[in-house]
Amino acid sequence: MGTPNNADALTGPVVTKELSEFLTANLGQELAPDDDYFTMGLVNSLFAMELVTFVERQYGIEVQVEDLDLDNFRSLGRLRDFVLAKTAHRGAAA
Amino acid sequence: MSSTARPAAADLDTLGADLARSLREDAAAWDAEGELPAEVRLAVAQAGLLAAELPRDHGGLGASPAQLGELCARLGGVCSSLRGLVTVQSMVAAALLRWGTAQQRERWLPGLARGELIAAFAATETEAGSDLAAVGTAVEEHGDELVVTGEKRWITFGEIADVFLVLGVSGTAGGRPAAVLVEGDRPGVVREPVRGQLGMRAAQLAHVRFDRVRVPRANAVAPAGFGLSHVVAGALDHGRFTVAWGCVGMAEACLREAAGHAVRRSQGGVALAEHQQVRSLLARAVVDSRAARELCLRAARLRERGEPDAIAETVAAKYAAAAAASSVAGNAVQVLGAAGCAPDSTVGRFYRDAKIMEIIEGSAQVCELHIADHLLRAHGHRQAPRPRPRAGQRPRGAQENGEAR
Ligand SMILES: Cc1cc2nc3c(=O)[nH]c(=O)nc-3n(C[C@H](O)[C@H](O)[C@H](O)COP(=O)(O)OP(=O)(O)OC[C@H]3O[C@@H](n4cnc5c(N)ncnc54)[C@H](O)[C@@H]3O)c2cc1C
Repeated sequence: MGTPNNADALTGPVVTKELSEFLTANLGQELAPDDDYFTMGLVNSLFAMELVTFVERQYGIEVQVEDLDLDNFRSLGRLRDFVLAKTAHRGAAA
Repeated sequence: MSSTARPAAADLDTLGADLARSLREDAAAWDAEGELPAEVRLAVAQAGLLAAELPRDHGGLGASPAQLGELCARLGGVCSSLRGLVTVQSMVAAALLRWGTAQQRERWLPGLARGELIAAFAATETEAGSDLAAVGTAVEEHGDELVVTGEKRWITFGEIADVFLVLGVSGTAGGRPAAVLVEGDRPGVVREPVRGQLGMRAAQLAHVRFDRVRVPRANAVAPAGFGLSHVVAGALDHGRFTVAWGCVGMAEACLREAAGHAVRRSQGGVALAEHQQVRSLLARAVVDSRAARELCLRAARLRERGEPDAIAETVAAKYAAAAAASSVAGNAVQVLGAAGCAPDSTVGRFYRDAKIMEIIEGSAQVCELHIADHLLRAHGHRQAPRPRPRAGQRPRGAQENGEAR
């Protein structure tokens, strides 16, 4: 399910596409950037941890306790912004 | 890191095997006495086996999921209570490794890795078993402290634990799920030992009351709201993996006993092994055991690679392995006859223990719900909203989707 993407600098469209593929495969439908899949009742109790595991593996990042804000995770758009913020230093360091 | 020589992870399999061999004969007595002797606990702890998967920089052995699994199978094949000790310790360690702050990891993980601290996992309450979103234990903020009030049930090694990972609801954040560490020696921690339960009889269970126990705020694990969906969910995921492998060990041990007995025991001048019906029982036991092991190996591979599906596949492995342990132990008792019913019978003990495995860490029915949910979700099925009858509590926030364990 998706090849890990450890590219130096990630772009918004690429991350959106990869996250969208994961969400579609797991939630069975295409989601708009602001759709809140938690309140839409699309997820079960295992999903929160699956989502964390996915972004960690896909982007080689570590989701830490400081990142635990539901606003980072509740929609495709929020998740994209979170991933871009967590990986922003990569492009800069290159 | 300590200077004492610690085994390389590669030696872990040998260590586990040696330990299992040296303890095998004693486990029936622990079951009868309802206690795991302290020296056994210490020996396993000092070998670093209570949380072997912790990374080396936190004092662990850096065991891979497959190595941890094999260790649990070996210990599970000796004594479910001993395997249960590894389960609860490593559940708490996993939760802290995953969601602890840097300071919390530093404070707790080395002691857990070396077994200087024994941890217990305290989620279940009278009104909250499968449905952990219903816990009522209060975690209230009072200045620099948290005050924990509630009653937990059926806590494995609750009688001796040095620290409990407690699931409650935060009093000041809209009643959201909160996880907090409570040291066992704090005033207000009251333990009521449980003895003589169906299985896991040496696991020194206790019902534990927290009577306005004050702990520093630094004991909170993750912000309120994430105690169930992330902290407890992470601990339970880890626990299911170790229970699943423990069940593989139980099933394989029962299979060995049953086969050996069938070959040695004759009735009417005919070895039991000659009877087709006995062979049928054994054949099914072989297939159930092998299938359980393969599902556990599959879960281990996915965990090793950090795959998101590892969580659901671990549920499937636990479900299958608990069922296998139950059916294989049942067949083994059948093949052994009265010998399987004797007070010190291993298969008889595992028969009792295996039923517990179909109830804890997600009962068989709850596992089925998860497995089917995972399937249907990928086809766009929406979760039916579950009514929460307890009035006046928590809004149905998103982070409360962590319902049935
Ligand atoms: C030996 C032992 C050790 C334990 N150790 C610990 C521990 O260390 N820490 C801890 O927190 N807890 C512990 N427990 C408690 C254990 O986790 C619970 O027993 C378990 O979660 C099930 O909860 P319950 O017993 O309240 O059963 P219930 O939730 O009341 O379930 C009873 C039955 O109803 C079924 N059921 C429940 N909900 C559903 C549903 N939605 N759909 C279909 N069927 C359903 C269940 O499958 C089960 O068969 C332990 C229990 C035992 C026996």
